Amino acid sequence: MVGSNRLSSRLVLLYLPLALFTIFLLFPFYWMLIISLKPNNLLLNMKINPLYLTQFTLDHYRYLLSNTDFPRWALNTAIVTFGATFLSLTSSILMGYALGRFRFRGGNVAGTAIFLAYLIPPTLLFIPLSQVVARFGLYNTYWALIFTYPTFLIPFASWLLMGYFRTIPRELEECAMIDGASRFQAMWRIILPLALPGVLSAGIFSFTLSWNEFLYALVFMGSGEMKTIPVGTVSDLIRADLFQWGPLMAAAMLGSVPVAIAYMFFVDQYVSGLTAGAVKG
Amino acid sequence: MAQVIYDHVTKRFDGVIAVNDLTLEVKDGEFLVLVGPSGCGKTTALRCLAGLEEVSSGDIIIGDRVVTHIPPKDRDIAMVFQNYALYPHMTVYENMAFGLKLRKMPKQEIDRRVKEVAEMLGIQDLLNRKPRQLSGGQRQRVALGRAIVREPQVFLMDEPLSNLDAKLRVQTRGELIKLQRRLGVTTIYVTHDQVEAMTMGHRIAVMNQGVLQQLDTPENLYDHPANLFVATFIGSPAMNIFPARVVTGEGAVRLVAGDVTLESPAEQRGRLAEYANREVLVGIRPEDLIVQPGQVGEDRHLRLPVEIVEPLGSETLVHLRGPVGTLIAKADPHVHFSPGELASVRVKIEHLHAFDPQTELALF
Ligand SMILES: Nc1ncnc2c1ncn2[C@@H]1O[C@H](COP(=O)(O)OP(=O)(O)O)[C@@H](O)[C@H]1O
Ligand SMILES: [Mg+2]
Repeated sequence: MVGSNRLSSRLVLLYLPLALFTIFLLFPFYWMLIISLKPNNLLLNMKINPLYLTQFTLDHYRYLLSNTDFPRWALNTAIVTFGATFLSLTSSILMGYALGRFRFRGGNVAGTAIFLAYLIPPTLLFIPLSQVVARFGLYNTYWALIFTYPTFLIPFASWLLMGYFRTIPRELEECAMIDGASRFQAMWRIILPLALPGVLSAGIFSFTLSWNEFLYALVFMGSGEMKTIPVGTVSDLIRADLFQWGPLMAAAMLGSVPVAIAYMFFVDQYVSGLTAGAVKG
Repeated sequence: MAQVIYDHVTKRFDGVIAVNDLTLEVKDGEFLVLVGPSGCGKTTALRCLAGLEEVSSGDIIIGDRVVTHIPPKDRDIAMVFQNYALYPHMTVYENMAFGLKLRKMPKQEIDRRVKEVAEMLGIQDLLNRKPRQLSGGQRQRVALGRAIVREPQVFLMDEPLSNLDAKLRVQTRGELIKLQRRLGVTTIYVTHDQVEAMTMGHRIAVMNQGVLQQLDTPENLYDHPANLFVATFIGSPAMNIFPARVVTGEGAVRLVAGDVTLESPAEQRGRLAEYANREVLVGIRPEDLIVQPGQVGEDRHLRLPVEIVEPLGSETLVHLRGPVGTLIAKADPHVHFSPGELASVRVKIEHLHAFDPQTELALF
């Protein structure tokens, strides 16, 4: 009795909402997938059920890879994403560590200020930033995005890492420093390995945002060969009011693959309880 | 191996003076215990020595080097933290080898040292485990081993036994004493537990509110406390303290508390006479009150009613209604006392202590 009661209440309270939520979230991806695989003549045919495939083709993918600049956009996106993520992560680790560990005059103010900076909408910030980019002569170079993405990546990532560093007992690095490590060695060999879940979270966050970013990419690097996937897809696959639905969805699918892989690969690495056993527990 | 000197060390945190003008000399090879109530600045004093806190003023000397402004890694010390601070992502072996690797010691030498120390501590079978796979006692040993392999000039230990259960604590205490005597490394050991302090230290430094109260051997600290704080902090149960008026006359000096009159110890008459007609605080340890049930004994013994009886097995604590407040006496566990009855109390006058009520310094 007790067992079955618990099972049914678990079903209603846990699995049912979870299932609905999953369907709700995954439906757009499913939609994207079937459209990218449908032959053109069936795409706008209202007589067949749009929810599943009756015929299957890879034409859209073929078109995308050979008749558009998609491979180049992907390369651009990758360069910008890795550059911006690396830069943001490095600065955020150093900043988060300083804010989380050192007691210094103005430390708290700096922490709050960084968080406030995160609240400024990028859509406002791009106006002054475009001046900066222009004066440094960075328009339509990778640096234009590699240097501007950190303006919204670093505030969040350093805030997140600051919180993470604070959960690691101070004694660990103090002990390392007594054992003969410099502060940098203690950070590199003790704190960073323990903060790995936090660093990965910040990394995935930066990676995803950079990969999908549209506005700055359009304004600072939006012409010719330098387009990123989001910009190129919209500018080259939508001709005025003509939406090339098949290639569009194929581009969206291919564009989300790296992000999905990044998540899948690192989810296992979110090792919780890594710090368990450091101190009495 | 080295001596350690605190030379007028003061450490201020904004608003709080955690360590106040501490001057202290630890001899080469000595086991010095720093004891005091929670928050008195013991940990801060130790951290200043380790270089984890910058001193506000004063100097710290290890061996013959002034290390006041030298970073922790160059002070050649090892510290055992209260929570052990084992590196959770490293095995026991890697934990112990970490400091040696940083010093670029050859691999074979590291291996030899780690194994030797592991054997000494009986943890040779745990070398491949991670800290989370160890019990509390095992972690404590690993933390100790990590300090020992370094062969530092000084060991610092901050309440290293406080996370162990009572039985293990007593056992480890004994082992730690043997180990220190064998290695002969200067050790500074922080605890708030006066029993640990009394059993472990060659000498004990008692601190209160950031100020060093007394530095002496356990015996001297117990028999000749320098002030009221040390008198009541060391010893369990605490020394009985009550105010008494000094009365002189007819060639005698007496202490009068309520309806009880005590003769001054013969050799202290002169000292007490200075306080004639004034109050002093009188102290007497529980074992210096000899109690017997009933009205036996001589006339000069006190007759005090028994309030509570606490049989502890090895001894019995008898709470007596004294002239001013309660007095606690230690009694033979085989003698029976009943609350409400009178007991006969002999005061070992020669063991009496007295303190100035203003300065709280000991008169004797
Ligand atoms: N980092 C710090 N910032 C501010 N005050 C501190 C800090 N560390 C210790 N204190 C204060 O200094 C005093 C002594 O603390 P501590 O040395 O830890 O005492 P103990 O180890 O004897 O319990 C306490 O009043 C404590 O609040
Ligand atoms: Mg402490």
